[in-house]
Amino acid sequence: MSATDTVAARDGAEVPSLVAHGVSLAYDKQRIVHELDLDIEPGQVTVIVGGNGCGKSTLLKGLGRLLRPDGGRVELGEQDITTMSSRAVAVLLGLLPQSPIAPEGITVGDLVARGRYPHQGMFTRHSSTDDQIVAQALADTGTADLADRRVEELSGGQRQRVWIAMALAQQPKVLLLDEPTTYLDVCHQVELLDLLADLNQRTGTTVVMVLHDLNLAARYADRLVVMRQGRLLCQGTPRDVLTPATLQEAFGLEALVVDDPVTGDPMMVPVSSRRRPRS
Amino acid sequence: MTTTDERAVRAEHDREAALATLAVVRRKRLSRRLVVTIGLVVVAVAACLAALSVGDLTVSPLQVLLTLTGGGDDVSRLVLLEFRLPRLAVDLSVGVAFGLAGAMFQSVLRNPLASPDIIGVSQGASVGAVAVLLVAGVSGPLVPVGALVGAAAVAGLNLALAWRGGVSGYRFVLCGIALAFVASSILNYFLTRTDSRAAQGALTWIAGSTISATYADFWPVLVVVVVLLPAVLWLDRRLGLLEMGDQTAEALGVSALRTRLVAVLCGVVLAAVATAAAGPVAFVALISGPVARRLAGDGHPALPQAALVGMSLMALADLAAQYVLPDAQVPVGIVTGIIGGPYLVWLLATGSRRRSA
Amino acid sequence: MSAPASPAQATDPTDPGQVPALRRAPLSRKLLMALVLLALLVLACAASLAIGVREVSLPTVWDALWHPVAGNNDISVVREQRVPRTLVGALAGAALAVSGALLQGLTRNPIADPGLLGVNAGSSLAVIVAITVFGLGDLDAFVWFAYAGAAIAAALVYGVASTGWEGATPVRLALVGAAATAMMTSLITLVLLTSREALEQYRFWSVGSLNARGVGTVLLVLAPLVVGMVAALSATRFLNATALGDDLARGLGQNIAVGRTLVIVGAVLLAGSATALAGPVAFVGLMVPHAVRALIGPDYRWVVPLSALGGPVLLLLADVVGRVLVRPSELEAGIVVAVLGAPALIALVRRSKAVSM
Repeated sequence: MSATDTVAARDGAEVPSLVAHGVSLAYDKQRIVHELDLDIEPGQVTVIVGGNGCGKSTLLKGLGRLLRPDGGRVELGEQDITTMSSRAVAVLLGLLPQSPIAPEGITVGDLVARGRYPHQGMFTRHSSTDDQIVAQALADTGTADLADRRVEELSGGQRQRVWIAMALAQQPKVLLLDEPTTYLDVCHQVELLDLLADLNQRTGTTVVMVLHDLNLAARYADRLVVMRQGRLLCQGTPRDVLTPATLQEAFGLEALVVDDPVTGDPMMVPVSSRRRPRS
Repeated sequence: MTTTDERAVRAEHDREAALATLAVVRRKRLSRRLVVTIGLVVVAVAACLAALSVGDLTVSPLQVLLTLTGGGDDVSRLVLLEFRLPRLAVDLSVGVAFGLAGAMFQSVLRNPLASPDIIGVSQGASVGAVAVLLVAGVSGPLVPVGALVGAAAVAGLNLALAWRGGVSGYRFVLCGIALAFVASSILNYFLTRTDSRAAQGALTWIAGSTISATYADFWPVLVVVVVLLPAVLWLDRRLGLLEMGDQTAEALGVSALRTRLVAVLCGVVLAAVATAAAGPVAFVALISGPVARRLAGDGHPALPQAALVGMSLMALADLAAQYVLPDAQVPVGIVTGIIGGPYLVWLLATGSRRRSA
Repeated sequence: MSAPASPAQATDPTDPGQVPALRRAPLSRKLLMALVLLALLVLACAASLAIGVREVSLPTVWDALWHPVAGNNDISVVREQRVPRTLVGALAGAALAVSGALLQGLTRNPIADPGLLGVNAGSSLAVIVAITVFGLGDLDAFVWFAYAGAAIAAALVYGVASTGWEGATPVRLALVGAAATAMMTSLITLVLLTSREALEQYRFWSVGSLNARGVGTVLLVLAPLVVGMVAALSATRFLNATALGDDLARGLGQNIAVGRTLVIVGAVLLAGSATALAGPVAFVGLMVPHAVRALIGPDYRWVVPLSALGGPVLLLLADVVGRVLVRPSELEAGIVVAVLGAPALIALVRRSKAVSM
């Protein structure tokens, strides 16, 4: 038990703030996100939701320094993120993009171990602490028994969990995830979100993720951020944000909001024009 | 319903199991790397000994070692140190440079067909060398200088044209191809506007040959390889991370732009000096990388192994080049081109068998 | 081995950054481009008939075509030399460009060209055989060897690439083609280095020229060329579907094997015809379809016919420039074409939005 604790527990280092000040993001002059202000609460789970093409993935890339803002700035620990070195950012902030590429022939263990890169120097070899952390990440994501398999032999769901394990092995203080539940079945979706919630509780890691499933978002988010057409529509606790009016505005969807019978969180039930209640 | 205690026990068990598997995985990977590296060194050394002992005058391997360490009789000293050693030195250094350049280009452009002749470095060097040979009408030390100027001109132009706030691989490759075609056209112009004897001489250079290699061809390549060695080591790990996609690499703290720029510059310089020394030897740059990767088998660019494959390949091919035809030596590039073909097909065949298994 | 870099690799419908690449040019723009290219083609043909060592006025060209008078030197130059030459340029240009469009579409690789299947190297090797083994020296006699060489090489490449469960995937085709080309090139160089007579004849054929082919040659290749064009036009729907990936194409009701075969047969017939007509002319097959796609988008129902218009424009203009540039001598079209087309290709590449590796 003690080993688990020393590996997982933080040395009490402060979790840095992540703030967007009037950030605009563009691909080749086509603006996707417009002058957006967002204050990510340190130590909390923030979930960004919105319709297709609303700019939520783009915003995540901007927050993670993968896309340079063409207006405004992103601050990590009160420092402009574009002025920081790649490695300095990587020690504090981890990001799992939507479609990473696994090199052919690499084993799961090696891939997850690559998450330790920002913590290693030019000539420092893999240390036993690194091994402990990688093993913990594998165990946490339920991929421990895959460690000696090649990544290309895995199923989509297994592969997704391996990538999450790599992001966990990086031990960032702020973790950004772009649709981490893609390719996962319902059971693994819940397991993964439980894991992230657990990580957040145990270590105070700030978690920011883009999710499509609104009900899972409402259940796991401390704060919900709703985007529409590259702008912030509203943000707040799921209870405040997830209302029929917001759903109508953000998704153009007619829906009821009821209480989740398990947790009491808000839960939305779409009203379909085709399927009426069965008699 | 599992209790939290049970879950904690299970998690602890999983972690222990993962730790054990990780150790096994790492040991397997490192021992395979070690075996491959040692095997390649053995092949390279054997190739060197063979290249030095076989010839019109056979020198026994023992005699070779004696001569290299300062002993030996006058005849073997003359044959080895004046004729065979310079040629072998050029073969080895050029093999290292081509092997590294090809592996870097393939990794950074994520394209198994990337090599110096796709992006015009080889053609630029050929134009420079042939211009010296045919237009200026001289041979000797000016030829590699011309080749270097030609390669540098094409590579520089390519980088300048493909630069737009960063090098995109797509632009770099397409601009390189366009420039390669222009250089080939100029080359064809030279070859058709001269008498056929001179054209044949130029053709020997274009095929890639070390027949008349001297130490003067060797030193520049050696210096460049040694100077760029730190950069190669710096790149070895970063390129592996960059292969997971720009975004993943950036998220792990690797600057994609800087890594790519360093890799492209190193690759261009290595390819240029190697081409200047021995001409655009076919296929060495193209297959060293994939062979090294396949041997190491751990999804890593394996740059040092690619260098070893390149040098073994050059040494063996140049040995064969002396005996392909009964009465004449052929340029080493012809041998690498002919053996490279089946080799690539073999790589392909074994690759697909594993995937289907 | 990973797939060659393709700009359309990660198409994610939810990512707005991808949207501009998928946007299609409106119909009016495509029609306009077609009309512009048609007008340019007429101009290029007129220039090719009128301009040369002997300038012929356009009215005289008109008379030569429709009201020939015997005994007039201008008229006989036009009828006996420039008409066949223009025909060769127009047909070879169209064939090369369409062949390139087919292969770029099939391999989803913007740098594919007719040389990809080993067609050019195969033709060249066959011509070498014609010269050295059969002692032929007449350019018209090379036609059948060029054809046979192209067909055998392509069949070989396709055959080797299709072994294995997944069939002739684009990557396998590209790799086997590269391997075969390198091998055959080495063999060609080997022969050229040992036989100066072969070099003397081969080098002029290998440059690629529109000159010195009679109307007889044009008639000989007309039938295969037409068949190739028909195959190309009937494969455009398959190419549009295959751009989305093999699985999706299958889902859209395309038979992958039949589609691929149609494309490859068409590409080989066209490239073989072009090589038989004008020698191994490079660059047209790479550049024209690329430029057409950049101008009107990726719809192959338009890319193929517009390439058939653009190819002749480029090749004929190159030929005319080659006649004017070093008067009273001439530069072969194969030499001029890359110098003329490369700046245009580079400008297009620099303008393009693709930023990924």
